[in-house]
Amino acid sequence: MEFGPYLMLATLEGAVAAAVLALTAVGLSLVFGVMRVVNVAHGEFYMVGAVLAWVVATSVGGHPAVGFVAALLVAPVVAGGIAAAADYLVLKRLNYDPETTIVATIGILYIIQQVTLMSFGPEARPVEAPFDARLALPWVEHTEVGWQLYWPWGLSTTAYKLFVIGAAVVVLLGVWLVLARTRLGMVLRAAQLDPEMARAFGIDVDRVYALVFGIGAGLAALGAVLIVPIQQAHYLMGGDPLLLSFIVVIIGGLGSVAGTVVAAVLIGLSDGIISMFFSPTLAKIIATVLVACVLVFRPQGLFGTRAA
Amino acid sequence: MSDPRATALHVGIVLALAGAFFVLPEYHSGNLARIMVLAVYAMGYNILFGYTGLLSLGHALFFAAGMYGLALPIEHFGWAPIPAFAVGLVAALAVSAAIGALALRTVGVAFMIVTLMFAQAGFLLALYFGEWTGGDEGFAIPQALRSVAGIDLTQGDTRYASALLLFAVCLFLTARVVQTPFGRALVAIRENEERARMLGYDVTRLKLWAVVLSGTMAGAAGAAYALLFGYAGASFAAVHHSILPLLWVLLGGAGTTIGPLIGTGFMFYLIDFSSEITTAYMIVAGVALVLLVLFARTGIAGELRRIWRWLP
Repeated sequence: MEFGPYLMLATLEGAVAAAVLALTAVGLSLVFGVMRVVNVAHGEFYMVGAVLAWVVATSVGGHPAVGFVAALLVAPVVAGGIAAAADYLVLKRLNYDPETTIVATIGILYIIQQVTLMSFGPEARPVEAPFDARLALPWVEHTEVGWQLYWPWGLSTTAYKLFVIGAAVVVLLGVWLVLARTRLGMVLRAAQLDPEMARAFGIDVDRVYALVFGIGAGLAALGAVLIVPIQQAHYLMGGDPLLLSFIVVIIGGLGSVAGTVVAAVLIGLSDGIISMFFSPTLAKIIATVLVACVLVFRPQGLFGTRAA
Repeated sequence: MSDPRATALHVGIVLALAGAFFVLPEYHSGNLARIMVLAVYAMGYNILFGYTGLLSLGHALFFAAGMYGLALPIEHFGWAPIPAFAVGLVAALAVSAAIGALALRTVGVAFMIVTLMFAQAGFLLALYFGEWTGGDEGFAIPQALRSVAGIDLTQGDTRYASALLLFAVCLFLTARVVQTPFGRALVAIRENEERARMLGYDVTRLKLWAVVLSGTMAGAAGAAYALLFGYAGASFAAVHHSILPLLWVLLGGAGTTIGPLIGTGFMFYLIDFSSEITTAYMIVAGVALVLLVLFARTGIAGELRRIWRWLP
């Protein structure tokens, strides 16, 4: 294959990764923005989403699409419920002290991961895509008669991958609408700006926090349900999304949802493209070091304006 | 001035550990050698976390710097253990100085994340240079190369003695350092950084020294681990190996001299015990972390200190 079509394929793979990453990272960013909590267990909620998708899809049966839709509804709600419970049982009792909550979420990470290992087992398990149409992709070529479209051999993608991108865009728009246009969004922003004042106005900040922690985890789980027909569900799959979400949230400016989405697209795309042409490990090393340096030298993030 | 009771306690612990070798069956004395080396790692961590109040999530990087600093020259250039150990110490010192200089520009949560990220980059580097490091699989250091001045360190008794020697040196060093004006200043930073700064302490420089001392001690543990147990691998650079010393120190008691040993020993046997029952033994670590931050922030030695107020 020539370079051009190859690059397009890499970009498409990157876009799928970016879509899922955006969902996961917005969840992390929302939790940090409203609660000032760095949730190290975030990747595990992603993993729980993927595992639940497998559980739901295998127990429902029938056409793969039925199981998939069921998983899409069930997995985020259950993962969100687990997160809200963790918030109520542990984080609330720590008064959201930043350093202590990190230690606590590390503990929660191990508990969720190891419980999954005990119940789900160490195997990677696939989930069938709801539809598996393949789409050939065209490419332009300059011939004697001018620019022409043609369909190179092997240049194709699945309709499902395009669906993942579309679904992520829809969900992110929904999150933005909720935050910007609804009463719930206003309550969230009030709790973020000044928890004390919000409480004085009769907002149950504890419930808001539990809700936000649940929504954050639910978004990660949703991203995982979307990705699981492409990747398999595995109890250790939470590590990479956690690291990448951290990177995205830091680059985008801690707590800024719009910056997070921009950074997710940037990181997801470049990660996809770089990993296709270079060693993925090298790509990760460079990204990690760069991001650590961003935190050291520009703690407000590349797009943020205020200090974190 | 150090309390004579504290000195007696430290000497007593070292003597008890020496005596334990002759009493315990071989399996447990082997475990204890491992615990002592890992307790050195925890003591290094404790200098930064317990005494200076800086929570690092990247100490595996320093441990791994010491480990590879020793293991790579032995494996690839056939160096003798003593100069290789020196390389390990220097590597850990250099890495901790560099990371400290960068990471100390941040505070609080950002410091935790920056150390985590640098350590992750170090872990990935070890994987990337898999030809040299053996990646995840790691490599075993041949028995023939692991002897110092004719003493074979692979034998149970010499290994135990070397581990005890390193542990004793680091225990007395820690006990001494925290009594010096430098150590007191670190505690002042932990208690109230602003006030320490206002009193005229160069807080940034002191914190950097704390990182270097802590990182080098972690590196010494890493080098000793590779030498005594004959194995170096990237899993020792992974994130969970940065979290373990935090867990040990929290459990044993942060900011106490004996806490790291208690925490390491306790958790070692807890995990050893639970790994016989289930493969998901790390759940013990998770539950312990959550329970500790919820109910016992001061750890075991911290609770003991309520009874014996002189406890170092």
